[in-house]
Amino acid sequence: MRSVAGAGPIHSILLAFPVALYPAALVSDIAYLNTAVIQWSNFSSWLLAGANLFAGFLLAWAIILAIIGRAASARRWLYPVIVAAMFVLGVLNSFQHSRDGWHSVGTFGLILSIICTILALAAAFLAHSRSGIVEEAS
Amino acid sequence: MKARYLLGISLSFAIVGCAPGTDPSLEQTGADPQLPELHDALVPVLKIPTPAGWDGEMPTVPEGYTVTPIARDLKIPRQTLVLPNGDILVAEGRGGYAPPMRPKDIISGFFKSRGVTSVEGGDRITLLRDTDGDGQTDLQTTFIDGLDAPYGLAFVDNTLYVANQDRLVQFAYTEGATSIDGPGRELTALPAVLNHHWTKAMTASPDGSKLYVGIGSNSNVGERGMDVEENRAVVWEIDRLTGASRIFASGLRNPTALSFNPDTDQLWVVVNERDEIGPQLVPDYLTSVRDGGWYGWPYSYWGQNVDPRVRPQRPDLVRAAIRPDYALGSHVAALGVDFATDGGLGGVFSEGAFVGEHGSWNRSDPSGYKVVFVPFRNGRPAGDPVDLLTGFLKDGHARGRPVGVTYDAPRQALLVADDVSNTVWRIVPDAAASRGSREPVPMASAR
Repeated sequence: MRSVAGAGPIHSILLAFPVALYPAALVSDIAYLNTAVIQWSNFSSWLLAGANLFAGFLLAWAIILAIIGRAASARRWLYPVIVAAMFVLGVLNSFQHSRDGWHSVGTFGLILSIICTILALAAAFLAHSRSGIVEEAS
Repeated sequence: MKARYLLGISLSFAIVGCAPGTDPSLEQTGADPQLPELHDALVPVLKIPTPAGWDGEMPTVPEGYTVTPIARDLKIPRQTLVLPNGDILVAEGRGGYAPPMRPKDIISGFFKSRGVTSVEGGDRITLLRDTDGDGQTDLQTTFIDGLDAPYGLAFVDNTLYVANQDRLVQFAYTEGATSIDGPGRELTALPAVLNHHWTKAMTASPDGSKLYVGIGSNSNVGERGMDVEENRAVVWEIDRLTGASRIFASGLRNPTALSFNPDTDQLWVVVNERDEIGPQLVPDYLTSVRDGGWYGWPYSYWGQNVDPRVRPQRPDLVRAAIRPDYALGSHVAALGVDFATDGGLGGVFSEGAFVGEHGSWNRSDPSGYKVVFVPFRNGRPAGDPVDLLTGFLKDGHARGRPVGVTYDAPRQALLVADDVSNTVWRIVPDAAASRGSREPVPMASAR
């Protein structure tokens, strides 16, 4: 068994935050849209802040991996591109959630939360299955 | 700061693409202001001129008037009061203890803190005395210490009333006193949960039987939830003898100064309206306050204009909202109001209300940062506001920011507290300056 490039322990820890926090923000957004209880929107704001912080570190990690990685170039850049999209949309969503009251979520915020959730899960799928592929090849 | 601000602006342009600019053709003052369409940018504009010194210069007054500083090195002066013997009291301090609720509060709090003085609030009242009547201060001393962000001041029946940010206290006064010891007597507690808007403005009714206290909202537009808005965004009427209180008027987002119109004995108030829906929304205003009146916050602004950021909506309350009397301009942050009496400062400043405008943060073209005069006729505003004290902004920095204004009728002078240069300014017409402006305090009563 060889562990190449893929999800080492630090990488896994960084990735764990967006994977957990973006979907949590989505659930919290849905709760706000259903109840108009502002605390749900506040929860989303903090969940997004945490997700974005670690998404930023993850993006740096993913870019470094892509540069030093040995995989074919098209495949090599797919992962950092997904993480970058997740990070940019996540920051955008934080700005959306900084609006006041009902405008803090809205259709735009909900859509961004859904996309970030999908991208976080896709990134985790790629990261954790890549080492599996490496293992089969060795 | 500038670089960060530019980054914020360019970000907002990049993200939104169509961030709203200011339309100078819109008339935003007077009884019927023009309101643009509501637009809440993704990145709110935060433009706060940072403090700078006066370097020997002075604010600007119109031809025929003179302005002089009569107190410096104060600890954040907010409101002033003139005692019967001509002594001037200055309330100093900084209040509020609302914790950050969202990451946004930490970030915007950082930027807003760059626009204020670095001096720590005094939590005290300073006395200024002019013993020889030349208009200059001869004695500047601490009158009452150990207060908690005092703001509103009133004087009735030899008793001084001080509105701290959490309670209303009273002190017995002896004419000529230069200090008062002791904690005073609590007349009533004031709403103090969070204190997002902490100032407790105050004035006494003309007959002295009631005190009126302005209590600001606990949020911009209800985004902390409506539970924390109980007894907020209201004017309280307090019985001066018993301390019993009731809500006199509500839906007034942040009523920062109150004054009775001497011609009609009607209560007037300046109110700071909501932010983050564009550079020209919503105009801050000056309005008469009706007993039981409802003015719309947070559900609507300027009468029946619904604010979509508030859910659940309340069309029933929006229908009942009273339109304010007079718009002062968007984001000018009026923090002081006082009526001219006995001919005021003369000329155009004879009949009407002086308004201190602290200045904007939520628009890229700063507004306010001056003292204006709203002319009145027959007890109603009549005409455009007239600039009285300007020149606070220079090269993108604020050399001062006006707060409370007090008209000193016996000496025909206007006092302006400035909480950035920690100064009290005094404006007199030149004619009055030559005939000895401030009456000397009789030495017999000066103890």
